[in-house]
Amino acid sequence: MIKSTELTKKYGKETVLNIENLEIPKGQTFGLVGNNGAGKTTFFNLLLDLIQPTTGYVTNNEIQVNKSEDWKPFTAAFIDESFLIGYLTPEEYFYFIGDLRGMNTADIDTFLQQFEDIFNDEIIGKKKYLRDLSKGNQKKAGIIAALIGNPEVVVLDEPFANLDPTTQIRLKKTLKSLTEKKEVTILISSHDLNHITEVCDRIVVLDKGDIVKDIKTSTETLKELEGFFSV
Amino acid sequence: MISHFLNLEWKQFFRSSYWQKSVALNILMVFLALYFILMFLGLGFGLYPILKKQFPESDPLIMVNSFLFYWFLGDMMLRFFMQKLPVMNIKPLLTLPIKRSKILHYVLGKSVISFFNFLPLFAVIPFSIILLSNGYSSSTVITWMLTMIIFTLIINFLNFIIESKSAETELSFFPIILIVFGLFALNHFNLISFSSLLSNGMNSITSNPILIIIPVIILGVLYYLNFSTLKKKLYVDSSLKTKTQIASSTDLGWTRRFGDTAPFLQLDLKMIWRNKRTRSTLFIMVLALFYGLIFYPNPKYQETIPMLIFVGIFITGIFMINFGQFIPAWDSAYYKLLMSQNIKYKEYLKSKYLLMNLSAVALFVLSIPYVYFGWKILLIHFAAMVYNIGVNSHMLLYGGSFNRKRIDLSQRAAFNYQGTGAVQWIIGFPLLAFPVLIFYIPYHFFGFEAGIATLIILGGLGILFHQKIMDFIVKKYLASKYKMIAAFEQDN
Repeated sequence: MIKSTELTKKYGKETVLNIENLEIPKGQTFGLVGNNGAGKTTFFNLLLDLIQPTTGYVTNNEIQVNKSEDWKPFTAAFIDESFLIGYLTPEEYFYFIGDLRGMNTADIDTFLQQFEDIFNDEIIGKKKYLRDLSKGNQKKAGIIAALIGNPEVVVLDEPFANLDPTTQIRLKKTLKSLTEKKEVTILISSHDLNHITEVCDRIVVLDKGDIVKDIKTSTETLKELEGFFSV
Repeated sequence: MISHFLNLEWKQFFRSSYWQKSVALNILMVFLALYFILMFLGLGFGLYPILKKQFPESDPLIMVNSFLFYWFLGDMMLRFFMQKLPVMNIKPLLTLPIKRSKILHYVLGKSVISFFNFLPLFAVIPFSIILLSNGYSSSTVITWMLTMIIFTLIINFLNFIIESKSAETELSFFPIILIVFGLFALNHFNLISFSSLLSNGMNSITSNPILIIIPVIILGVLYYLNFSTLKKKLYVDSSLKTKTQIASSTDLGWTRRFGDTAPFLQLDLKMIWRNKRTRSTLFIMVLALFYGLIFYPNPKYQETIPMLIFVGIFITGIFMINFGQFIPAWDSAYYKLLMSQNIKYKEYLKSKYLLMNLSAVALFVLSIPYVYFGWKILLIHFAAMVYNIGVNSHMLLYGGSFNRKRIDLSQRAAFNYQGTGAVQWIIGFPLLAFPVLIFYIPYHFFGFEAGIATLIILGGLGILFHQKIMDFIVKKYLASKYKMIAAFEQDN
């Protein structure tokens, strides 16, 4: 589904990302871990064509992302709060995204019902603008919005950060059920090794822009990752 | 401590991407400043001889003092529109071991170094020197000079109080207009003669220097008032954090008829209505509608047709110019979302185009009553509307592709009340002046109808080639996409 070839990103002389070859097949739940500055967000930004690669390219379902915009209909992402529109209420925000993805108001209302437990009565019908919600609730709204319109590729940057423990567990469930049919490709990054090993089929460790580990998740994965990072 | 603050500001100014992109604009500002300085120097050197020649029997200093009131009003108006309270990013400093009062004294102190406070000196000092050389006693002249400086500072701090009060009430510039015209009217109709009050006051100060204590006290009180209002805002939960508003949901179903652009149109309308800064463009629009009343009833202006073209473009295009020049920066806070969502640039820009043109048509319809002052006015407004739709709206969209300055809609930047300064008016000027020029050439050689026809034809061409022009503009936006994303991420 996602393929990056000889992808590098340099700022001045400093290389912040250098991925020779990375292929993510359809239906995989792909996890990206690494310390600060490892290049996780840079990779996501390149995938979403928000920054330009220095060399190489990313293809999303055979479409080169910086040449054509045709990958947008089936790709959704939540990277940070700048993906939210502060002066809308959460409902209006969901309707707006729905509009862009061909779902009408009624579709969205039914879609949102399945996330009632995640919203926990703090988001829908509160007569508050997104900018006035707490950081955690903003994040919830952003993540759910990224699932609108049955996207085939979902990109979430650190989805677990800022969430309360209950929501973290519910979010993990949601992500797992999403990939049951192996039709949705999910890319997430996290600093929480527990969560990411639990959710992902495959974990790639980035260090200063290079891929240093590429693991198919098993029962030993958590130990292996902890060993790697405790150095 | 002060050196720390200065250092921070220096870095903020030169490290922002805005600075790097708008060198041309900065140069323009410098020229404007030089122009004003020259004007004031001319005033300072020329005033004494002129007054002496025109009114040989009266004392020039007393004459000047009798005009102080108008100087005062003019300065207040100018400052309200041009000068902003010095902005400083307060939040990171609050938890550091710095006294709050120190931050405030610094912010207020910095405002004293404003260009607007030095400008009067260029007139006051030469005038004083000439007074001295004409045999005025040095104590009189020095007292006069000092009092003028104190006056300038009084206006400086008075302006901030008015600015902050009118920002709180969201009335934009209604209050200043009300105050200035109110004072002017009271004075003009001799209800309270401020001008003689002020000139008498000044005369007694110059003859009795000890009285200078009175303006000094006024200045002190104003400084204290500013200090205490700002102090209340220095808490994270008051001005730094936005107040929670009760959200009102609106349906805006009527926008559906615009098809694919409807979601964006709804978004823009909500943005305009729900954010302070954008809402003020609506107030300006309403005020501008009455702009014609200054010109049309006056038969003298009816003769100078090119001036009326300017008014026509202004009335039908005011919203366009105010809103359009910040495309796409209005959406800067969530620009990344728009760029990664299922959106084609063309649809996005088309909705902006549509909104601008709806405003032009609406303003034209609302201005139809001006036909009372002659059918020519209606014709001028129509031509201006067509020109705005066909030419100015495209120019604004094109100009937007050079936009690199983030707009913080939620206004969390402390003390940033207006968010607009002199720059905004300078950008708008060519959009207003150019059509006047275009009109003037055929008007001069072939008459009124030819000028109007030229404007309509130009506008019509723009509408006719809309698709082609849009394709070109979209290419421009695509080319600067990454730069815009990066620049909009910056806070300052």
